[in-house]
Amino acid sequence: MPDVSLAALAAQIFTGLVLGGIFVLLAIGLSLIFGLMTVVNFSHGALYMLGAYAGYVLITYTGSFVVALVVAPLLVGALGLFIERVLIRPLYGRSPDDPLLLTFGLSLVIVEVARIVWGKIGLTLDPPRALGGAVNLGFTYFPTYRLFVIAVTAVVLLGLWIFLEKTNVGLVIRAGSRDPLMVRALGFDVGRIWFIVFGIGAGLAGLAGILAGPMRGAYAEMGVTIIIESFVVVVVGGMGSLVGAVVSGLLIGQVVSLTTFFAPKLAEIVVFITMAVVLLLRPSGLFGEAGLLE
Amino acid sequence: MRRLVAWVGRHPVLGFVVVFALFPWVVPYKSLATQVLIYGLFALGFNLLYGFTGLLSFGSAAYWGLGAYGTGIALAKLKVTSLWVALAAGLGAALLGGAIIGFFCLRRRGIYFAMLTLAFAQLLYFVGFHLADWTGGDDGLRGIAVPAIGVAGHRLSLDRSVVFYYFTLVVVVLAVAGLKRILDSPFGAVLQAIRENTDRAQACGYDIARIKHLSFVFYAFFCGLAGALDALRLTVVPIESLHWSTSGQVVIMTLLGGAGTFFGPFVGAGAYLVLEDLISARTESWPLAIGLIFMAFVLFLPKGIWGTLTGGFHGR
Repeated sequence: MPDVSLAALAAQIFTGLVLGGIFVLLAIGLSLIFGLMTVVNFSHGALYMLGAYAGYVLITYTGSFVVALVVAPLLVGALGLFIERVLIRPLYGRSPDDPLLLTFGLSLVIVEVARIVWGKIGLTLDPPRALGGAVNLGFTYFPTYRLFVIAVTAVVLLGLWIFLEKTNVGLVIRAGSRDPLMVRALGFDVGRIWFIVFGIGAGLAGLAGILAGPMRGAYAEMGVTIIIESFVVVVVGGMGSLVGAVVSGLLIGQVVSLTTFFAPKLAEIVVFITMAVVLLLRPSGLFGEAGLLE
Repeated sequence: MRRLVAWVGRHPVLGFVVVFALFPWVVPYKSLATQVLIYGLFALGFNLLYGFTGLLSFGSAAYWGLGAYGTGIALAKLKVTSLWVALAAGLGAALLGGAIIGFFCLRRRGIYFAMLTLAFAQLLYFVGFHLADWTGGDDGLRGIAVPAIGVAGHRLSLDRSVVFYYFTLVVVVLAVAGLKRILDSPFGAVLQAIRENTDRAQACGYDIARIKHLSFVFYAFFCGLAGALDALRLTVVPIESLHWSTSGQVVIMTLLGGAGTFFGPFVGAGAYLVLEDLISARTESWPLAIGLIFMAFVLFLPKGIWGTLTGGFHGR
């Protein structure tokens, strides 16, 4: 066991918060889409990857990180809208396995296209100059950009919460995830809600991608491992539960980060062990309702 | 063509033997024929779970890999001299893995199940990656010497590709006959009842949890057998055996051929491998091609090649 200084441990907890934030953004999108449409979007990781590449392209052409941060998620969200309309829509009414299978095929296609367009070697994204360097937190220095990621994640989550809890569209979305049949019976166009939600989920994946870009670079396979981990986050949190996705994303972020600190070899495995333990103790996940959406 | 398909449909195991006894002489090279048999067996196992029980697993690589590493480690590290003992080691590993992971995954239904199987397979991938002393880690497990087998008092070496093909054929025919026996049994009928309507099957008094678990263990068994045979074919176990892309591959093969049909998995494995052979020779972007083909099948041809030829989900 390494010599544990409190400062190093605190820095590691902050790193876990950053990782957790990325998990939360991905898991919320997955969970929203799943909760409402019972569609598991396997291509979510590929959209995350596209977010990072879109960020790279936008930074290169506009020179502005802020523009990239805003436009990249919008572009990925628009692609999400297209995917829902053209590819997922024909599958409604068929087995819930079919959209999963289709988006699995789609993720192969997107990853390969990214390899063709941007090459097999990863690209690096520079954080904006204002966010370079490190900030003194009192007990340790911490990279400014990572603090920025935590802040953006928090703001976006707050915005999403207000949207879902305080607006009429949000109300219909929440109702739709409880009982789509009833929402339809009340005269709402469920198809349009699904369309919007798929776009939001895809946009959040794109946002996670561009946020992660300056920390991890952009490469075609970057979405593969993280999508599996995000599935775990969703299962642990309880499928369809947004609070669950947030808590479990932050939890898994800490678990990974602290294991990296104390036992680096176990870092990749511990995610799945956490999942197995939760499944044994609470099969429906931390915040899931038993039998919901099965 | 149509009459041939119908005949094969009526005498599945016999038809299988006839077709695959001639098969190596119609494909460009023998090793491709062996690959079709082994991946067909892999898809057969997946199909038992997905096509007949209605459970979509995205973690088949776990059992394929356990079979491959079990057999490979027995031969390369433990210096086992009997091929049968080595195969048994691989099958034992796959069965045990299937029993344990199946228990966890079957705690949830539907789409959760797919995600859980994927997650557990990823867990095994990382374990295999880090246990390099036993698995060879990133380099793969090397140094697998395939022992000769005793046939009617003679020692038969499996080194030649034709000999290995017919050895594989015998093993796979036994597995196909075994699967036919399973599907024709009352147990097989209950599996299909679960696929059609789980709640109703439960209401009929069947112990759904136990039957699904048993189906999962059978699935792990067939996948493990296929993985073990592949370890013998390659004399190497690459770490990709446990990778999620291997799980994806068997999903694609089964759906191309036709899920829930008896021969679909072999037709799908054949179509996949021949296409891969043809397309990879011309372009590096094979995943793009197979991704598009697969999407087209999900959207427009969900019954797959064999399912469409024989008239659907139930025409096996």
